[in-house]
Amino acid sequence: MADVTLPAAGLRRRPATLAGVWAYARSHVWFLIACAVALAYVLAAAFAPWVAPHAPTDQDMMNFMSPPAWGPHLLGTDSFGQDLLSRTIYGARYALAIGLGAVAIGAFGGLVIGMAAGLSGGAVEWALMRFVDALLALPSLIMAIAFISILGQGVDKVVLAVGVALIGPFSRTVRGDVLQVKAQAFVEAAGLMGVKRLMVVWRHVLPNVIFPLAVQATIRVSYAILVSSGLSFLGIGVTPPTPDWGLMIAEGRSFVSFAPWIAGVPGAALAILLIALSVVGDGVREQFDPKLKKEA
Amino acid sequence: MSATSTDIFRLLDVEKTYDIGRASASLFGAGKRRKLAALDGVRLTVKPGESLALVGESGSGKTTLLRVLLGLTAPTDGRALFREKEIAELKGDDRDRFARDVALIYQDARGSLNPRMTVLDLVAEPLDHHGLCPRAERRDRVAALLQRVGLPAEMMGRYTSALSGGQVRRVAIARALASNPSVLVADEAVSGLDVSTQAQLLKLLRDLQRDMGVSLVFITHDLGVAAYLCERIAVMYLGRIVETGATREVLTAPAHPYTRALLNASPKFFAPIAEPLPGEIPSPIDLPKGCRFAGRCVEARDDCRLTDPALRADGARAFACLHPLDRPRALG
Ligand SMILES: Nc1ncnc2c1ncn2[C@@H]1O[C@H](COP(=O)(O)OP(=O)(O)O)[C@@H](O)[C@H]1O
Ligand code: SF4
Ligand SMILES: [Mg+2]
Repeated sequence: MADVTLPAAGLRRRPATLAGVWAYARSHVWFLIACAVALAYVLAAAFAPWVAPHAPTDQDMMNFMSPPAWGPHLLGTDSFGQDLLSRTIYGARYALAIGLGAVAIGAFGGLVIGMAAGLSGGAVEWALMRFVDALLALPSLIMAIAFISILGQGVDKVVLAVGVALIGPFSRTVRGDVLQVKAQAFVEAAGLMGVKRLMVVWRHVLPNVIFPLAVQATIRVSYAILVSSGLSFLGIGVTPPTPDWGLMIAEGRSFVSFAPWIAGVPGAALAILLIALSVVGDGVREQFDPKLKKEA
Repeated sequence: MSATSTDIFRLLDVEKTYDIGRASASLFGAGKRRKLAALDGVRLTVKPGESLALVGESGSGKTTLLRVLLGLTAPTDGRALFREKEIAELKGDDRDRFARDVALIYQDARGSLNPRMTVLDLVAEPLDHHGLCPRAERRDRVAALLQRVGLPAEMMGRYTSALSGGQVRRVAIARALASNPSVLVADEAVSGLDVSTQAQLLKLLRDLQRDMGVSLVFITHDLGVAAYLCERIAVMYLGRIVETGATREVLTAPAHPYTRALLNASPKFFAPIAEPLPGEIPSPIDLPKGCRFAGRCVEARDDCRLTDPALRADGARAFACLHPLDRPRALG
């Protein structure tokens, strides 16, 4: 994707409006397609019991490892005779729930720590940022593995582990934004008007931090999904027989030479979702927060 | 010092020095701490309804003086009074009154307006904050304020990013007027705009000042703007006021060689002091002994390098020069 040069001052950009999103979408076909794809995943996940032709753990004893074909198993079955289409659809539930849940935890934690650090200054800020440095010292996947080893396995544990691993990067950008907003003339102007400090934070600092944070969050959802799939793939995240894509890919790995669809179907589902989410994220970022471009 | 003074602002020998770290550290040991005198003994009053221009080259201390008036910078020496009370020590009701009574129009008008607030919320913020207007009348009040500055009421729903530079300044002025202040303070409020927009804004400010009887303290480096907008002028040089008086008199018959040099450097209306004056401005860190303008002054004589001239009054005017320029006696 072509790198567009954008004005540096993220703060000066137009605030997000629905009309603005729509105008942008109409002139960016790929953004629109990506939104549609992401929406399809969300709907498939939400209505999985109605959309999926089979239950995710139903075993069809007559059809082990059958290839994709017109019939009862459109995308084939795995080595247990489980329907891959159905498992992949149910898998979207886990992927999205884990991605959104983890990002929610990371963004909230990052908001609290970043705001506290940026607003306090001095020793408190120093201590908080050293803590953030510690969180940032290892890549998120390694960090998540470390947390899983403490917390144990399971969907909720994966959400928590990946979420905590994301607190570091979120904190750092929030703090940067707070410092930038604090230096703006409109913050001083509010103080001059006699607005109390807490109110200045609430009305002037927070909104100017929340919006870039929301943009960053949309971008990091795909990253959280990738990390959680990585954990499952390594066999330390979600436990079988949960229809998690990472797990499914790991299971299919042994058969990849003669039944490539077993790993290929969930793999493609994952890849398409990640691409769609990152195109959506890029679009949102490009329109509302060019300042984030240098990050990531 | 009469306790019944009606002056809005009074500055009494205000000094503001900045510690600027150590001098060029030599290889052996750090240099001694240095001080920069941004304001060096400023005496100034602002009376109700009066319009005062602060002019001077960049770095002469105009912005610092304004920050002292606003209580954003505390003087390191001397006293800065708002209605006879120390600005830095205003509390409670006095502080609220100050916040309502003194409004600033920023040099960077756009930066002084939260980009995530609509024009309605921006202009209404002072009303909301000071509880000046019932909720039901909020829109009407804002519409009236916008009309006062020449903006249509439909602009209320917009964000400042959708407005032009001139419109943003009008919004900033409307917001400044919202709390019905008795002083408007403006730092280079029209610079960086095209000439016709500048002219419109200056006319607006002049009308507001005359019609509403607010005082105006207006920083500019454009003598034409000062002449158009302000009855009084104070010329600053290196942290001091070197000449002050009625604008018309000061600009037609300057007493201080620096004022004359400024006039020569910007003969035209709407022509900010473009070319640097001849000679180099001494550093405000190591001021020369004697008159601080001596190095650039064509009138300088020997005593100028020994004696630092104080600001002395001559009728309604005052200047800090040992050898003031000849002025034709005012007729009538
Ligand atoms: N916060 C500060 N720290 C150090 N020096 C400063 C600071 N603010 C202003 N100065 C210095 O004080 C002098 C006066 O600055 P200023 O009031 O901004 O002048 P003007 O507005 O007339 O251009 C300048 O020499 C400037 O460098
Ligand atoms: S005192 Fe001397 S050097 Fe200073 S401005 Fe007057 S004439 Fe020039
Ligand atoms: Mg200035």
